[in-house]
Amino acid sequence: MADEVVVFRVWDSPFSYRVELALALKGVNFRRAEEDLKNKSSELLLYNPVHKKIPVLLHAGKPIAESLVILEYIDETWKQNPILPVDPYERANARFWATYVDDKCLEILWRACWTRGEEQQKCISEAGERLRTLETALEGKKFFGGDTIGFVDIVVSFLTPWMEVLQEMARIRLLEEENYPRLCRWVRDFSSCDVVKETRPPREKLVAFFATLKPPN
Amino acid sequence: MGKYEDVKLLGDWPSPFSMKPRIALNLKKVDYELIVEKMNPKSELLLKSNPVHKKIPVLLHRGKPVYMDFRPPILPADPYDRAIARFWAAYIDDKWAMQVRDINKANTDEERAAAAELIFAGVQLLEEAFQTCGKGGNWFGGDNVGYVDITLGSYLAWIRVTEKMSGLKILDGDKFPQLAAWADRFCAEEAVKGVMPETDKLAEFAKTLMMKLKAASPAK
Repeated sequence: MADEVVVFRVWDSPFSYRVELALALKGVNFRRAEEDLKNKSSELLLYNPVHKKIPVLLHAGKPIAESLVILEYIDETWKQNPILPVDPYERANARFWATYVDDKCLEILWRACWTRGEEQQKCISEAGERLRTLETALEGKKFFGGDTIGFVDIVVSFLTPWMEVLQEMARIRLLEEENYPRLCRWVRDFSSCDVVKETRPPREKLVAFFATLKPPN
Repeated sequence: MGKYEDVKLLGDWPSPFSMKPRIALNLKKVDYELIVEKMNPKSELLLKSNPVHKKIPVLLHRGKPVYMDFRPPILPADPYDRAIARFWAAYIDDKWAMQVRDINKANTDEERAAAAELIFAGVQLLEEAFQTCGKGGNWFGGDNVGYVDITLGSYLAWIRVTEKMSGLKILDGDKFPQLAAWADRFCAEEAVKGVMPETDKLAEFAKTLMMKLKAASPAK
């Protein structure tokens, strides 16, 4: 089909999930092309020769890589239910927080769950600070995007269920209610959205999957 | 369909420029109010909403002006072209610039060669990207300086310093003719001249910085 939309993804990736959630929010039909990252398809290598990674969005035969770039493309191509605000200042703000999450939060949160001992304590402490900063962006708002899910909500979606599962496995609690009331409320509100419930990977499947990963040295 | 509240368009029926947003709004079935702007004299609302250009059309969404910038945009108009531009900007910022910086960390000939290989692989990609994005024009942005030009261009001074300090010719005109020519062109642009640091000055700064860093961290 000429206008076909394909998402090259893996079911457990929070990055390809961003793309799928955005498309679902806009009611865009798409085909999922599941990848085996240990045996990448020739299509994936063709469509993302630079990084050889998922997600890749293929729209009418044209490939786009990098989840944030894809989100912007989706918002610009399908105008219903905008993901980014209209106001340029608010857009800049949304991009700021999305970049903050990707550059300052993701890795440290991941490491807090996979390291042990003294290093883990350091990571937990640093992660805590980053989350504290992130929480300020929720002041006076239900979602980062305001009344409805937006760009930053989509980008931070790895907090649930991925981070929940990882914290459980590592037996740590980063998002305590008393310390992060807004973020905890966000997790509940976000999780209760139909579009999120319908698109997210099953928690049990993630638990089983992460259990097979050995903690990195 | 999303809910759009309070959309007003300042325009007029003869204006071909007003027609574009009107057609777009109609296609999207967005209700809007057309406020006829005769332009002579220019209304208070127009002067307040578009003080920079004082032109129509002006789209007012919830009272806030979203005015059409008639200067060449930094990002292309087409969503796919925009995605490509953003992709390369991200590649430059997140990957290639780091690889250029890393050659300074190389201690052995082996490490240096490995670092150089990575850098050149990247330059080759960018040389090709220049063709794809630029579509025959002088810039990654085509006929006008664009998003990728600005992203890559802002590293030029540091690239020149790295070339000087490492002895490695990164933007080699023999290997990468398009990029080498582009780099000279970029540095000669009016908008860039006053902002681009001089290589020697920056090299001095880099040396001082490196000495400070060496003094701060223990030798490996």
